[in-house]
Amino acid sequence: MGDQSKLMSLNLKIWRQPNSGSQGEMIDYKLDGISPDMSFLEMLDVLNEELVQEGKDSIAYDHDCREGICGMCSLMINGQAHGPEASTTTCQLHMRKFKDGDTIVIEPWRAKAFPVLKDLMVDRGSFDAIISAGGYVNCNTGNAPDGNAIPIPKESADLAMDAAACIGCGACVASCKNASAMLFVSAKISQLALLPQGKPEAQKRAESMVTKMDELGFGNCTNEAECEASCPKGIKIENIARMNREYLSSALKSK
Amino acid sequence: MSQSNKLDAKIPSGPIQEKWDKHKFDSKLINPANKRKFTVIVVGTGLAGGSAAASLAELGYNVLSFCIQDSPRRAHSIAAQGGINAAKNYPNDGDSVWRLFYDTVKGGDYRSREANVYRLAQVSNNIIDQCVSQGVPFAREYGGYLSNRSFGGAQVSRTFYARGQTGQQLLLGAYSSMMKEVNKGNIKVYTRREMVDLVLIDGKARGIVSRNVVTGEMETYVADAVILGTGGYGNAYYLSTNAMASNCSASWRAYKKGAFFANPCFTQIHPTCIPVSGDHQSKLTLMSESLRNDGRVWVPKNKGDKRPPNEIPESERDYYLERIYPSFGNLVPRDVASRNAKFQCDDGKGVGDTGLSVYLDFGDAIKRDGENTIRAKYGNLFEMYERITDDNPYKLPMRIFPAVHYTMGGLWVDYNLMSSIPGLFVLGEANFSDHGANRLGASALMQGLADGYFIIPYTLGQYLAGTKLEKLDTNHDGFKSSLDDSSKHIKKILDVNGSKTADYFHKKLGKAMWDNVGMSRSTESLNKAIEEIPKIRKEFWNDVKIPGDSNQINLELEKAGRVADFLELGELMARDALERKESCGGHFREESQTEENEALRDDDNFCHVAAWEHEGENKVPTRHKEELVFENVKLTQRSYK
Ligand SMILES: Cc1cc2nc3c(=O)[nH]c(=O)nc-3n(C[C@H](O)[C@H](O)[C@H](O)COP(=O)(O)OP(=O)(O)OC[C@H]3O[C@@H](n4cnc5c(N)ncnc54)[C@H](O)[C@@H]3O)c2cc1C
Ligand code: FES
Repeated sequence: MGDQSKLMSLNLKIWRQPNSGSQGEMIDYKLDGISPDMSFLEMLDVLNEELVQEGKDSIAYDHDCREGICGMCSLMINGQAHGPEASTTTCQLHMRKFKDGDTIVIEPWRAKAFPVLKDLMVDRGSFDAIISAGGYVNCNTGNAPDGNAIPIPKESADLAMDAAACIGCGACVASCKNASAMLFVSAKISQLALLPQGKPEAQKRAESMVTKMDELGFGNCTNEAECEASCPKGIKIENIARMNREYLSSALKSK
Repeated sequence: MSQSNKLDAKIPSGPIQEKWDKHKFDSKLINPANKRKFTVIVVGTGLAGGSAAASLAELGYNVLSFCIQDSPRRAHSIAAQGGINAAKNYPNDGDSVWRLFYDTVKGGDYRSREANVYRLAQVSNNIIDQCVSQGVPFAREYGGYLSNRSFGGAQVSRTFYARGQTGQQLLLGAYSSMMKEVNKGNIKVYTRREMVDLVLIDGKARGIVSRNVVTGEMETYVADAVILGTGGYGNAYYLSTNAMASNCSASWRAYKKGAFFANPCFTQIHPTCIPVSGDHQSKLTLMSESLRNDGRVWVPKNKGDKRPPNEIPESERDYYLERIYPSFGNLVPRDVASRNAKFQCDDGKGVGDTGLSVYLDFGDAIKRDGENTIRAKYGNLFEMYERITDDNPYKLPMRIFPAVHYTMGGLWVDYNLMSSIPGLFVLGEANFSDHGANRLGASALMQGLADGYFIIPYTLGQYLAGTKLEKLDTNHDGFKSSLDDSSKHIKKILDVNGSKTADYFHKKLGKAMWDNVGMSRSTESLNKAIEEIPKIRKEFWNDVKIPGDSNQINLELEKAGRVADFLELGELMARDALERKESCGGHFREESQTEENEALRDDDNFCHVAAWEHEGENKVPTRHKEELVFENVKLTQRSYK
């Protein structure tokens, strides 16, 4: 804080790509005067201020809440989705996790289903498409009985909440060598399958969402568990097993 | 300054308990087959816009939904932590619709409309039911029933929550309902779009102009009605707890087209935020209010005491909230807690390197309940605090400071949530209606969902059924001229080609606002703001620099567009604050205080809503008054002593 001796200099290697149709390349930037108390995105803000001052195009990256909850921010930082700190989104990562003189490589999420729009920004519209294929309970406004009409065991509610904590950032896809979306999809399927409200449609839901996921070009799951390791919200791969159960029973039924 | 009585709130007659039911019954209906023929634009996919889009689509309307983010699920509502209120009275502790109504009116310091607030309390219970049905995993007790807690100093436990992520879970619920309707083809979602103008035809809201922020294309959309659920304008202060993209542009453009802006000076400054750490700071992080249930707020008794907190003995600590407000202590309302933190820091007792923070100490709670109990309650918050500050709050007291958090002001709406422009409805934080001069904790989520799930589905139908709307397309001159104006506005920003970034101006505005229109306001400070802000605006239009063009993703251009609007709104906020020569809720006027430095309301002169009408560029706007009538709640001075 205001302590000059702590300020860092960094070598950044950042992916620049003007738009989805063009070729991209890694560009080197040198950045001085970075305080360890800055967040990673504030460090990029500083770089962008400098670029704009020089009349250059600023680096495009997604972000919004900067509190680790909206799922807007992304970035592969030195090859790790959301960078080196466990259970932390890029916006909550602070520069004190780096050292003076470090080289930091910053790239976008890379997956066929997440095309780059510009620089570090990708299109994750495929996630919305998967949810719209069935990630909900068919219940219209006004249908609902009293909130306490159906008791839900605390354990189920807690497990459902664990799965529901997914922020839809796409780190799981970006860190999977197959670019599989299984963790994301299974989190939603699990959340709803664990609750009585979601039960009636559980199998159909699993089937429609998985079919959509395949259609959109996400890869298969080969149990690498990289998704779990990179998830900033600690979503567990047990969800994938739960999803497979729902999916299997749905497949059996339709036979 | 002219004042007039131009506003009809259209409050239904009859006893307050019966107004809403009667109004629903009296409203005209649209036959189900005909709803499909109406197109409705909903701008915003937060709790307000998301719930409205879903519910209207379920009824059969053809809905076009717009948001800035890359998915509707990322609206700023997602960041709400603490919870949502409802008058269920599950804990059997004396809650009721009436009590929730009463607390909200009183909490708002008697500057909200009774009829609206009563309706809000009435539908609050339906919201919980609806969310449970969508699969929102609210916290539950071992018996399987919903868990409640007391929040923000409420005397009853009426807050429902989903860990520290209530906003996220409620938003994902609304989003899932939206996506269900997307799948059925009833909603079309336009993401990464920024509304830049409202299109009026024959004096009615009939569409919008938006910019596709990926391609830069300017697009026009036609509808039979336009609904804004575009959130609050706290980012006028630059630093706030709001998300980076939160902005006032949609509301502001509507204001310039004739929608009145109500009570713009009513902003809420939240007492428990992580303090600023340096000039690089881009936003402030809220620490949930629930922390004040167990944390004790204190500063050193001696000015400039720089010892670390654990070396300051009990006898040299001032637990000032407990001292000044013995009956509420650390649980005084937000505005009172914030103001007192400021007073302590102004008095030289602030702690930390900057002297701009106070301690929130869990030492006694940990001694009493054990670290594990505290961890179970607040673990995720403590973790977040440590991640940002690098301090361990189990060992050292947290440092907190107030930050801009919520705006009670917003576009003026009547009982039907319709603005002063026919066909333009405003929901959620973007309107002004329910929280008066101060919002109670856990009631913004309730209001956003009430507006979207349970109110607009009725009041929109009433409007559409009773209004003659001609068939239109975007070739209409009204659309062409709005499109043209918006393109010119963007070109004008790009053409400045100056030397400073949009953030430079945003920070400068933020400082002027925080210093002069912040937690404590005076004639002098407000006049200063009214003088300073136009200067910053002028400098912006002479010296802002945006590299690149408008035919691509250009984040600097997006920021500059928003800053340009904040630079106008900021001045209106100062003007409104200057005219309101009383202290009420979050608005503390130094000239209006008791001998003990408490806020002093002036019901004789200011028991009204101030709604501002735009009169043209660089002209002083007109202040209209909607007198507030209290038939059910008796006005008293708030006291927390
Ligand atoms: C950190 C934090 C914690 C909070 N905790 C609580 C709590 O515990 N309980 C509680 O009751 N309240 C809480 N609040 C307040 C509450 O979250 C908000 O008031 C509420 O969620 C606002 O919802 P909304 O739907 O009105 O707007 P928002 O959620 O802000 O949504 C705005 C939407 O409008 C869109 N938009 C805006 N401008 C444009 C434009 N020009 N063009 C196109 N789209 C646009 C955005 O993309 C977004 O989709 C909290 C707020 C914060 C900041
Ligand atoms: S910006 Fe919202 S999660 Fe990072």
